[in-house]
Amino acid sequence: MEFFVAQILTGLANASSLFLVACGLSLIFGVTRIVNFAHGSLYMLGAYIGYSLMQVLPGMIGFWGAILLAGVIVGVIGVAIEMLVLRPVYRAPELFQLVATFGVILVIQDLALIIWGPEDLLGPRAPGLRGVVRIMGEPIPKYDIALLVITPLVAVALWYLITRTRVGVLVRAATQDREMVGALGVNQAWLFTGVFALGSALAGLGGALQLPKGGADLMMDFNILPPLFVVVVVGGMGSLPGAYLAAIIISVLNVFGVAYMPQSTLVLMFVVMIVVLMIRPYGLFGREEVAGEHGQAGEPERPIKPASDKIRLLVTAGIVILALLPLYGSSFAQVLTTDILIFCLFAASLHFLLGLGGMVSFGHAAYYGGGAYVAALLVTHAGSPMELAFILAPLGAGLAALVIGWVCLRLTGVYFAMLTLAFAQLLWSLVFQWGTVTGGDDGLINIWPAEWLKDTTIYFYFALFFAVGGILVMRHVAHSPFGYALRAARDSERQAEATGINTKQVQLLAFGFAGMMGGLAGALFVFSKGSVFPNELEIARSFDALIVVFLGGVKTLSGGVVGAGVFKAIEDVLTRFEYWRLIMGLLIIFVVILAPDGIVGSLRKAARRVGGLKAGGEE
Amino acid sequence: MTAILETRGLTKVFGGVVAVKDVSFQLHKGELLALIGPNGAGKSTCFNMLMGQLPVTSGDVYLEGERITGLTPRQIWRKGVGRTFQITATYASMTVIENVQMALMSHHGEILRFLPFATRMHRDEALALLDMVGMANQAERHSAVLAYGDLKRMELAIALAHTPKLLLMDEPTAGMAPKERVALMQLTADIVRDRGVSVLFTEHDMDVVFAHSHRIMVLNRGELIAEGNAEQIRNNPMVQDVYLGGGTVFASEGAQ
Repeated sequence: MEFFVAQILTGLANASSLFLVACGLSLIFGVTRIVNFAHGSLYMLGAYIGYSLMQVLPGMIGFWGAILLAGVIVGVIGVAIEMLVLRPVYRAPELFQLVATFGVILVIQDLALIIWGPEDLLGPRAPGLRGVVRIMGEPIPKYDIALLVITPLVAVALWYLITRTRVGVLVRAATQDREMVGALGVNQAWLFTGVFALGSALAGLGGALQLPKGGADLMMDFNILPPLFVVVVVGGMGSLPGAYLAAIIISVLNVFGVAYMPQSTLVLMFVVMIVVLMIRPYGLFGREEVAGEHGQAGEPERPIKPASDKIRLLVTAGIVILALLPLYGSSFAQVLTTDILIFCLFAASLHFLLGLGGMVSFGHAAYYGGGAYVAALLVTHAGSPMELAFILAPLGAGLAALVIGWVCLRLTGVYFAMLTLAFAQLLWSLVFQWGTVTGGDDGLINIWPAEWLKDTTIYFYFALFFAVGGILVMRHVAHSPFGYALRAARDSERQAEATGINTKQVQLLAFGFAGMMGGLAGALFVFSKGSVFPNELEIARSFDALIVVFLGGVKTLSGGVVGAGVFKAIEDVLTRFEYWRLIMGLLIIFVVILAPDGIVGSLRKAARRVGGLKAGGEE
Repeated sequence: MTAILETRGLTKVFGGVVAVKDVSFQLHKGELLALIGPNGAGKSTCFNMLMGQLPVTSGDVYLEGERITGLTPRQIWRKGVGRTFQITATYASMTVIENVQMALMSHHGEILRFLPFATRMHRDEALALLDMVGMANQAERHSAVLAYGDLKRMELAIALAHTPKLLLMDEPTAGMAPKERVALMQLTADIVRDRGVSVLFTEHDMDVVFAHSHRIMVLNRGELIAEGNAEQIRNNPMVQDVYLGGGTVFASEGAQ
């Protein structure tokens, strides 16, 4: 019993900063409709800035002052991000802002590295709260007690702000109907900036507040994202009480998980999330998103056409040039091109789902990494020949996608996206924590291709065949009746259903198909590298594909492939520099602001302006 | 003769509010039947129950004598019921003809085909449908750039793709210019005459209703309060009361 109470208290204390950060994310999403991936980075900045301030500000007042100041400073940084990076892209297509926030993540990662160095920083203990108190005989750190008191106070203050003040009325109104609020004369731009500042400040506070418990390190930004998204989704998007309750549930669960089932702590969180969403699809306190009947946001996509003879000739020429690479390129160039081809296939599979299907998956790495792991596990544990593993990998990934898709497709919009992310993280945690089978963090090694494929050049041709083949197959499917039905379901589910199209079935099949193609990319990957590690399943991998698809252009058939090719090539050049993330991040932000239609979309627009492209033409 | 569409005691209760109460009517072959009533009378609720978008609280819907209560919109469509929406629902990323081809592919059960090029399927059939609604000359245009009236006509072509025996039109002329309204309803009347389709439509514009419908039903507060031809409805004191609190506008309009 004593132990039980102590565990609960620890869980409640841990919930504190998670709640603050989640509130910020929820607020920002509610008003601006931006899923701020950089929120974890703001949390990390809060911790680092708080740490530096605590070094110079003395005593108890200095400590708490540092925490507050960290919040304020991060709030100001949030304002800068909102005004410089997000404002120019509010009018861009739905979710395009994600890419911008991802650029911000990269920039902040390197800035933090430059300023605070690579070492983990041990957080200072709170002056006057260093010891423990005994509650029912169990030692509880005094700082935990302080957190237990602070969190409800902040929660009530926020609740008061949102429900009782004029600012709160505006925020709630904007959450319900942005356009109407604008029409009533509220300056939306400043409302957005204000909310972004508040949300960022909360993230900063959360980061600084957890310093005595967790310190500051460079992994904080990504590490907080999974629990953060889980809390926001379980609680219900935009609900403060929901975020509070969910933060507590997740934190308490985590504490008990560590005590009783240390092998499954990570998995547990996602299982809870999935269970909650199965019962209450919009979270504990969330309301169903009122999805408009607009299909895609922004300018509608242009009609697609089967490739003309001219295009076919160009594509064939391109493939021939690629195929001749061994004649003029080094062995290194072949390896690099193999990497690019695999990534193009992976990105194209996400593009199929996201562009044609309108299904924004935040967790597409599940199928890429999943395919890689299926192959690796078959080789390692079943002694399967490479050829068999290579065939079964996409099928396994496709099957996983069908199961995951079946659950996720009950939801729409951002909940759908979050749920796909949760499933990807679930797979990642399974692989990460189930070391005896998957090798855990050490990965699986010695997964080499069959004897006849050992040669770099031959494997290059192997990858070329399957990557280009896969991309062409997806492209063809896009032009088939099935591909049209998929777009129909995206454009107007109402009309599609009213004319006999089973939209959910079509979407589920597309999900499985895209998963299978992602799995194919993963299988190509694992045999080209000879090993696979859990990071092929992690959030960053899913984000890579998302960025590429958005940068290439969602509303163009070739967007995914072009984006992937460009991105991977640039990345390869940049990673030779020490602070490549900074450059890459700035580059991404730059492209987002200058070319909100993506690379292909913007090129086409420019071409049309010049008059070189007939109206209605596809690439 | 069995009616094309028949409802018996159709009722919908939302919480404590009775939105539609005991509505029974028949729609006969080749008939153009209007369902009118003030805002909030329950027209859309009625429609949504007929189309399977809303479960009924009680009562039944029959299509040519076959009970279709509780079927999904997809199943009802397969039984030969087409519909157009109050707010157009079309595939904005496709051309006009592709919008129609999509419905044709669905009708022919070809949604799960992965090999053929969709643009080459049922082109002639789609063109014929577009020709019928006067949109053949715009077949290759991007549907997102169409004028609203043209969009409505395209939607009509989509709804006619599976040669339905019954067409349900929810406020077909809402948001259109007066000239377009007349044209669209004339088109609908022609289709009813030429193809033997039966049509049930809701409408706010009384000119449209009186000029084009064969028979009119009036819904008020969820209940059918009157039924008859244009003349009977115009002169029905209950209807006048509901619409104008006893005014005489209908009578003067009737002189045209």
